[in-house]
Amino acid sequence: MKRIVYREWRLSPQRYWALLAGLAAIAGIGGLAFWYMEHQGHWVTGMNNEVVWGMPHIFAVFLIVAASGALNIASIGTVFGKSTYQPLGRFSALLAVALLIGGLMVLVLDLGRPDRLIVAMTSYNFRSIFAWNVILYSGFVAIVVAYLVTMVDRGFRGYYKAAGTFAFVWRLLLTTGTGSIFGFIVARQAFDTAVLAPMFIVMSFLYGLAIFMLVLMFAFSQDQRPLGPFIIKRLKGLMGIFISAVLLFILIYFLTKLYGAQNYDLVSFYLVSGGRYTLAFWFGWVILGLLAPFGILFHPALGQDRRWIAGACGLVVLGGLASMYVIIIGGQAFPMALFPGKTLLESGFHDGVGGQIAAYAPSMPEFLLGLGGVAVALIITAVGVRALQFLPESLADKDVDPHAAVKA
Amino acid sequence: MNNSSEEIDQGRRGFLGAAAGVASMTLAPGVLLHTIASADPRSERVTDAVRYGMLIDTTRCAEGCTACVTACNQENGLDLQQMPASMDPEKWDRQEARWIRKIKLEDNLTGRVTNLPMMCQHCEHPPCVDVCPTGASFKRSDGIVLVDRHLCIGCRYCMMACPYKARSFIHAEVEEKLTLAPRGKGCVESCNLCVHRRDNGETSTACADACAAQGHHAIIFGDLKNPESTLSKALAAMPSRQIRENLALNTGVRYSGV
Repeated sequence: MKRIVYREWRLSPQRYWALLAGLAAIAGIGGLAFWYMEHQGHWVTGMNNEVVWGMPHIFAVFLIVAASGALNIASIGTVFGKSTYQPLGRFSALLAVALLIGGLMVLVLDLGRPDRLIVAMTSYNFRSIFAWNVILYSGFVAIVVAYLVTMVDRGFRGYYKAAGTFAFVWRLLLTTGTGSIFGFIVARQAFDTAVLAPMFIVMSFLYGLAIFMLVLMFAFSQDQRPLGPFIIKRLKGLMGIFISAVLLFILIYFLTKLYGAQNYDLVSFYLVSGGRYTLAFWFGWVILGLLAPFGILFHPALGQDRRWIAGACGLVVLGGLASMYVIIIGGQAFPMALFPGKTLLESGFHDGVGGQIAAYAPSMPEFLLGLGGVAVALIITAVGVRALQFLPESLADKDVDPHAAVKA
Repeated sequence: MNNSSEEIDQGRRGFLGAAAGVASMTLAPGVLLHTIASADPRSERVTDAVRYGMLIDTTRCAEGCTACVTACNQENGLDLQQMPASMDPEKWDRQEARWIRKIKLEDNLTGRVTNLPMMCQHCEHPPCVDVCPTGASFKRSDGIVLVDRHLCIGCRYCMMACPYKARSFIHAEVEEKLTLAPRGKGCVESCNLCVHRRDNGETSTACADACAAQGHHAIIFGDLKNPESTLSKALAAMPSRQIRENLALNTGVRYSGV
């Protein structure tokens, strides 16, 4: 294996600035959407007092989960010593930080009082998983930056393994914290299970990898840098494992719920009778987001075509957003069991009278704010790879595959 | 020599007398005000010598009566909320803050119909307080669960965690508001057992008063820790339960006949 040379992204200035301008426009529209919602109040959103977390949370949680997963590539190289992945370590760390910042931005801008961010940073209730997460998120950025320094600065090379291991453990804790935000909510039937914490970890592996592959393939193709089939095959294989793991966790989630007889109606809601949530679960998450990309990636012909592989990654991303919709919104829409064994005839506040699910129709500003977060993450990534040496000059088989090197 | 010292003493006495007069005139109002202030329950530290709660006797809760809801809305300025112009009324219905709501239930097995008001249950172990990242959701020593509007960042995690859907987020600007319930866009709030009445030394809540005025007496408010209180005696006399008892939250609001 050759020594890996890292180079700035040598895109033509026109294309680079056009790309940045496009992303900045999306981020700007997201900013306007935030300004509108903050100025008017949340009444302009689809959220209400039953479905209190809406579209911005879908994007924010997805980006935060994907951020932790994007670091996985670096971790495989450092913690598990897989030399093939080591050239991707810098880019993996950059993307992880960028996605986290994008996600956190959406989360913060969706607060009822975003102007009180200072309160969130100075006043802590350490019984709250949210408060832990503030520390886990900011700590993640600091640790990953330190980890990056050990990758790029020879003077700190001695700390490379230790920093990588620490970052790996931290990212597992971070995703456990994100999953636990939902998993520890005893009030709502769809949540209230510790399975959600490991399930979020597995989802983070998948969504982070899908975004990583998409951005990597785009960056390399724009710059005409060689990206050999060996590395693609490895990443594809990894994605297959992660898709299988997510499917397994979906199964475990429902089995866990079914084990408690009082949850039959919840499982039926998700799998059969939940209308748009059932549709989003089967078609959005399971079929389009998991089974279809699996089929594409391991199809003898399609699985060799870069465009199809990119398409499969895109489907995983869309499926990931669908999964957040199913988990976050569906979990709130399903009526709370306030009075087991009784039928609600009337209520001054809906409460699922006649088994009706809570209403939520996302508004355009919510969606635009979410997209703004994605754009910010991509801006950070684009500026990062352009200004600093994050990307290897070549990921051709002869440069990354020890066997190919021997053969040559 | 004696004469001259007497003259000096006179001067001193005069000065000291005047100083004492001025000092007492300056300090007396403070001392007096302090005495008055300490007689005001507002300035007394809230202690856990009491725990406020309620008993809802559902057998007395009349179908179709919403006197408690109306009274709560008026007492806490919830009726001052205005639907933003151009908004869909159905959407507003899901966004408007409510502290108390009437619920009508039918037992699936027996067909028995029950009416009851539902509000914040003032848990001993409130999930909203556990999850609040800033500590804005808190429980007073007397058992009342409140939101500190200065600390609330509007994250709505407390609403996700509340097993009773008792909390409301203020979605829109509120132009007119009461001093005792300063409603702010972007913050969360819920029933506070008319905490302003507690702090003014009053012994009831708006909902309990309204229910009594209708002649139903379905809501009994009082101190759960005082065995002599009407509430404690009523709880001792009739079986009651907590809503969602399985969560072991030891709610301050209890229901009989459910």
